[in-house]
Amino acid sequence: MIRVTRSAVIDAPIGRVWEVLRDFNSHSAWHPAVGESQIENGEPADQVGCVRNFFLKDGNHIREQLLALSDRDHVSTYCILDATLPMQRYVATVQLKHVTDGDRTFWHWQSTFEVPRGREKEFEELVGKGVYEGGFEGLRTFLRRGGIVSPRVSNSEGMQGQAVIATSFGGPEVLRFESVAVKAPGPNEVRVRQSAVGVNYIDVYIRKGLYRMIEPPAAIGMEAAGVVLDVGEGVAHLLPGDRVAYACPSPGAYASLRTLPADQVVVLPDDVSDETAAAVMLKGMTAEYLLHRTHRLRPGQNILVHAAAGGVGLLLCQWAKALGAKVIGTVSSEDKARLARANGCDFPIVTGNYRFASEVKNLTNGRGAEVIYDGLGREAAAENLEALATTGHWVCYGQASGAHDASPDLGSKSGTLSRPVLFHYTADRAQLNEIAGNVFAALRNKTIRVMVNHRYALGAAAQAHLDLEARRTMGSVILLP
Amino acid sequence: MIKVYTSSVLEAPADAVWAQVRDFNGLPKWTPFVAESRIEGGLAADKIGCVRNFRLKDGGTIREQLLTLSDYDYQCSYSILESPMGVSNYVATLKLTPVTDGNRTFAEWWAEFDCAPERERELAQNIGQGVFQAAFDSLKNLLRK
Repeated sequence: MIRVTRSAVIDAPIGRVWEVLRDFNSHSAWHPAVGESQIENGEPADQVGCVRNFFLKDGNHIREQLLALSDRDHVSTYCILDATLPMQRYVATVQLKHVTDGDRTFWHWQSTFEVPRGREKEFEELVGKGVYEGGFEGLRTFLRRGGIVSPRVSNSEGMQGQAVIATSFGGPEVLRFESVAVKAPGPNEVRVRQSAVGVNYIDVYIRKGLYRMIEPPAAIGMEAAGVVLDVGEGVAHLLPGDRVAYACPSPGAYASLRTLPADQVVVLPDDVSDETAAAVMLKGMTAEYLLHRTHRLRPGQNILVHAAAGGVGLLLCQWAKALGAKVIGTVSSEDKARLARANGCDFPIVTGNYRFASEVKNLTNGRGAEVIYDGLGREAAAENLEALATTGHWVCYGQASGAHDASPDLGSKSGTLSRPVLFHYTADRAQLNEIAGNVFAALRNKTIRVMVNHRYALGAAAQAHLDLEARRTMGSVILLP
Repeated sequence: MIKVYTSSVLEAPADAVWAQVRDFNGLPKWTPFVAESRIEGGLAADKIGCVRNFRLKDGGTIREQLLTLSDYDYQCSYSILESPMGVSNYVATLKLTPVTDGNRTFAEWWAEFDCAPERERELAQNIGQGVFQAAFDSLKNLLRK
């Protein structure tokens, strides 16, 4: 008796692999050695006892019967009834197991059978290499191309979608909702059907042309969530049907469908909704790297967060508080001070004219803030330097009031100035996964909270911008394609 | 009765992984959380029924009894006799299976036990991630060297 065993790890969740393998007639779709196949007598392909009647591409003809099928154990057992190959008593079992480390699938394929004396090696090779190892590769390719999970999508064709296009630089009126062609994903790209799109103030800057990140006409938007439709060659970490989200450096997220570099896209855990993800990717990942990477915040440190009631500001306050920091913030109104306080800001300073340094010093026994998270820019530069503690770290991650004119006199404080940009931290996919994973974990254990308070149809993006610029929104704004 | 299941893929042949994990007295060598271990009564560490008595780095002491050891199946089962974890009827199994594609190892580790209902989540997390996955991670590092 010959026993052949082969096993492999498939980089896909077990549900996705089993969905294909449990179908006794699917092999003609994914196995490179299998040609025409049909289930005899029109029986369903998951009926125990059914017979698949198929040809191998080398011309051989085989009939196999399904002996056992278990959705609970992910096991399928079958035997050969008759074949043009000299194999006797062939019984094979396919078993899948969940690799919890990385949510992958272990695939074990084993059979026993007999062949004429002297031909054992030949058949061990044929079954082990040709059938089992060939099958592993075939299924990997099949899943990568979309498999049967989304049969409606052609992986080689462009599709029609809708997008919000900035027709020129200017006010909200330059935004047009238009039909656009969305190309099939090329190598290392993914096509996503988007279900929620995040709206950020940077979108307004880009629309106005203050940040020259597009050349009109072009779609705007930095972040979204949705479902993978199909992937291009070379993409191993995403499969059709995966729930995903991204914040990426090239604008274009205000769209119903989008093709973009797969490296920017992360898989969403089940407990993070599309709306939350669309609202949190850019701001949440920004807060994550500012507090853990640009500066590794330690318990007891005094920090100053500007615009503490803003999108990133609120997340910084919540997260820094949880890390044990003493959080001082600046806000522009009493309402915002209340909001900041409710989100972990110990001492909100209400100021309309960028005056805060003396107050910061009072709150820190004259020392100043050990870390300043500054999105304000030029207008507040002198006060920031004044508010900075000796050997403090001034983290300038935005410049709402304009770029800095000149380098501040850091020597007066032995200070450190950082000018971090999110997309430098997320350019490496392993690090992106780590940062996004920490954001999802922080949502899960309620270290950070996202309030999606305003939902607009994708076509109403101009209205969303009007409301955002008129300061009529509080909390996160999303668009729904 | 709840069941915790953790599995991973280790970048080494099953023989090499088994050589690391089959020693029932060897936890200090490959897990990050065991400070010292001895087999009670001077028995051999592969004698079925022997008891390992080990001290965790955080101070707790655990006694576990070897129930099954199979060099043929790369499999080992044991039960907890005494521990500070607050579990009863605890039986765990560690099993290796060769991955022929790439000559690697599929490693599974699962446990079944009873505990107070309100502690199920915490214990499942602690055992699945804090013990089994942490040990797999430390094994990955060892095998890389």
